[in-house]
Amino acid sequence: MEYFVQQLINGITLGSIYGLIAIGYTMVYGIIGMINFAHGDIFMVGAFLALITFLVLVAIGVSAIPLALLLVLLVSMALTALYGWTVERIAYRPLRHSFRLAPLISAIGMSIVLQNFVQVAQGARVKPLPPLVQGGYTLLKGNDFAVRLSNIQIIVVVTTFILMACFSYLVARTKLGRNMRACEQDLKMAALVGIDVNRTISLTFVIGAALAAVAGLMFLLYYGVVDFFIGFLAGVKAFTAAVLGGIGSLPGAMIGGILIGLVETMWSAYFSIEYKDVAAFAILITVLIFLPTGILGRPEVEKV
Amino acid sequence: MPVPHVREPNPKRLDGIAALKQAARAAGIAVGLFVLLLGVRTEQGPTGALVITTRFGLLAEIVAAVFLLSLARSLVWQRVVADFTRLVPAAVRTAAAGLSHHLARAFVVFALLAPVFFYTNRYLLDLAILIVTYTMLGFGLNIVVGLAGLLDLGYVAFYAVGAYSYALIAQTFGLSFWICLPLAGILAAFAGVLLGFPVLRLRGDYLAIVTLGFGEIIRLILLNWQSLTGGPNGISGIPRPSFFGLPFNSSPDGFAATFGLHYSPTHRIVFLYYVILALALLTNWVTLRLRRLPIGRAWEALREDEIACRALGVNTTNTKLTAFAMGAMFGGLAGAFFATRQGFISPESFTFSESALVLAIVVLGGMGSQLGVAVAATVMLGGFELFREFDQYRMLVFGLAMVAIVIYRPRGLVATRAPSISGRGGNVPAGLGRNARSGGAA
Amino acid sequence: MTATPILAVEHLTMRFGGLLAVSDLSFSASERHITALIGPNGAGKTTLFNCITGFYRPTVGRLSLVHPGGATFLLERLSEFRIAKEARVARTFQNVRLFAGMTLLENLLVAQHNTLMVASGFTVLGLFGARRYARAEAGAVDKARYWLDRVGLADRADDPAGALPYGAQRRLEIARAMCTDPVLLCLDEPAAGLNNRESAELNEFLRAIRSEHGISILLIEHDMGVVMEISDHIVVLDYGVKIADGTPEEVRNDPNVIAAYLGVPNEEIGRIEAEVRS
Repeated sequence: MEYFVQQLINGITLGSIYGLIAIGYTMVYGIIGMINFAHGDIFMVGAFLALITFLVLVAIGVSAIPLALLLVLLVSMALTALYGWTVERIAYRPLRHSFRLAPLISAIGMSIVLQNFVQVAQGARVKPLPPLVQGGYTLLKGNDFAVRLSNIQIIVVVTTFILMACFSYLVARTKLGRNMRACEQDLKMAALVGIDVNRTISLTFVIGAALAAVAGLMFLLYYGVVDFFIGFLAGVKAFTAAVLGGIGSLPGAMIGGILIGLVETMWSAYFSIEYKDVAAFAILITVLIFLPTGILGRPEVEKV
Repeated sequence: MPVPHVREPNPKRLDGIAALKQAARAAGIAVGLFVLLLGVRTEQGPTGALVITTRFGLLAEIVAAVFLLSLARSLVWQRVVADFTRLVPAAVRTAAAGLSHHLARAFVVFALLAPVFFYTNRYLLDLAILIVTYTMLGFGLNIVVGLAGLLDLGYVAFYAVGAYSYALIAQTFGLSFWICLPLAGILAAFAGVLLGFPVLRLRGDYLAIVTLGFGEIIRLILLNWQSLTGGPNGISGIPRPSFFGLPFNSSPDGFAATFGLHYSPTHRIVFLYYVILALALLTNWVTLRLRRLPIGRAWEALREDEIACRALGVNTTNTKLTAFAMGAMFGGLAGAFFATRQGFISPESFTFSESALVLAIVVLGGMGSQLGVAVAATVMLGGFELFREFDQYRMLVFGLAMVAIVIYRPRGLVATRAPSISGRGGNVPAGLGRNARSGGAA
Repeated sequence: MTATPILAVEHLTMRFGGLLAVSDLSFSASERHITALIGPNGAGKTTLFNCITGFYRPTVGRLSLVHPGGATFLLERLSEFRIAKEARVARTFQNVRLFAGMTLLENLLVAQHNTLMVASGFTVLGLFGARRYARAEAGAVDKARYWLDRVGLADRADDPAGALPYGAQRRLEIARAMCTDPVLLCLDEPAAGLNNRESAELNEFLRAIRSEHGISILLIEHDMGVVMEISDHIVVLDYGVKIADGTPEEVRNDPNVIAAYLGVPNEEIGRIEAEVRS
């Protein structure tokens, strides 16, 4: 029982990280109908930027953890957002009117570029970081297992929650949010009523990238190690989460993320850890085939 | 009332100041992008913890390069390209387009004679085998992606199924290469149908992700099912091919002795080369014939507009499955060849990068063009080899090339589509690939 | 002309979530007749077409098609390609759906896919150059050329379909539909974008194929010149409900139809609505 609760906690934490990444996928898909294949690697870039920023801060003498983390958060969000913006400008915008598969192929290319850029720039080895946020609480004590809720887990979930709330507010109440929703519905019409479509799309990518950066920082703090390849797997799983929750739906992305996190954790805990990634892929395929609109998605009726 | 004169911003031709401003902007973005990831290098220090070093010199160089490139693009490039197109007369351009037919023929002749040219150069022979193998993979994927328009990102799965099937069948049953090869192909085709079934109703992007998932699942299964596949250690000791029964060794009943030649390990390599070349040419021939048959037209129609296909009574389910099966079969045959050529296979050879590479070959070659696939495979793999010392940068350049080609030359290197039938009596003459009709409409 | 029904639509209802696109619609189209479906935009005409041709599965209702030879098909249960292939219902689309990258001839050959597949021994025979296939293909090309000729596009047989001007694309779509040897031809706004002369030619063309090939035509159209001129029977829809059904004369003078198209004084709305709903 205690073991189960622990897995539950771990799963929700992991799921929150996936959810943050999933939001990026779902927003971009909603607004321009493409899967940003490179988004997982933006997350990886965010994690690396967080790592490097932290090391630089330590080197220049900022050692107070909370302050350092705050600065790291801001810097990595800003720079990762810049990456998101750049990728959209050079690899996707020119292809907006091209054939169907063009943006996807371009995205695959960018994914390869980002992965290899980081690999070349920082080396292929894993980058470890000693745990920065320590401590936690013991919740339950069973016979041979104690359920622990660590501080980092609390931070991850709370941060995610706050960001989700801010972001939902943004989409529902602000002008930018309205513009985004308009573009989602009908891009041409949005342009015709005077919305700066290019800018709205760019901002969508920027926000998605910023959230992915937060996810990257959380990942770094939670797991303590990053390498250039984490983007690929995390990307696929986050995309699965976005689809599971209903592509185009924000709360769906978060719900999907948590579900995927739980499934992955439970699977590793109770079945086999080697095949945990297979579980994620299998869910993806199953959902896409049997429930393509996901849990919260709107059914898409194809106009003939 | 006088209308104020508004200067139209022309994004292509910028005058000096605007170009400088844009270049400065680009440089600023470059600083943001690269200051941390390039300017700072993390390494594991002596204690295992990370240590950072700064590389601001490198950063400055890269930013400067970005600045200059942006400047060059605004001021020089557009002019150069525009003038160039004007300078090359139309006649030359259409003649060049008509050349592709002859180019295809020349390609085949060269390919047939390659071992003669490179007989003493083992390295080049190996490279040639590699190029032809990927050309065949490209031909196979071309059916799925280029003709039928189904974006398969997990093509490596069929390559793997073919390789592992061959290895297991050859080792377990001891059958000859010529029997195991078609068996592996059939098993791969079967896998194609199995994997094709679930994805039939999916559109473009979703189809791509699901096939990607399948590719990864296959790899993970190969990696973890130790008892069947040997896990990360793979399968070794795969029987080498023989010349229709004559082994390639120095024994008295070996190939060399039988034909009165001095034994050389190159014999086997040359034989392997001709085997893969034959397979590739077979794939090509089959594809060209299929293109002229109803199934091939149905594939292309599927790519153009699936709904219209259904409205015309075409069973799109079967059409898609056939495309998957055919593509998978050829991938499987290539995989079987790979297994016998290497003598050893492991899951490491069947990663997503392989799928991406084959996809890049098909896209760069111009979706649907056979000649384009051959050219693209040669250019990319040849290029990879040429830049072997820059091993780390190869993939980086590869990714950039993919993006660049799809933006600037979306139709790939070979741009036109030759119709599969002519209304003016008789079929369009067959060739190895495309025969672009000069000038378009007759 | 005896009016044998070929298509009977009974109590057809199509609901998309909360939206009721077609509500309890019943009418029948007769053999060798040209039946027109008219009504303001959003009335549910294309939805009806999509139900008949199998692209939508009706929520409620029966669609039965009876071939002149007697074979009956329940369209609400068949998928689109089987309706095209077995029930021999062909259609064109509101937004022309051609195979733009393929030539005109190839477009028309794809329409004859099923016959050719059988002739090619499901590809196997064709792969090895069997004469049977070569002959079948030649026959298919002849048929294609015949229809290209009928629509006046024979000289552009080898041009990519996407290069045609709009009016020619619409004609090509009809030619392509005819290559499937249909029993019922469903045309979705064939006269859209055509000028008066072209509309007149279209009228001629539709009348000709109706009498020469004995097909029945179901037509969605906004161009009253075409509709009134060639229809034998008109069904009028508004907001998914049938508001009139009869000959062009009857429909022309039906007050409900006039109300739907031109509007009525406010006082009359309640009365009209009640009539429509009863």
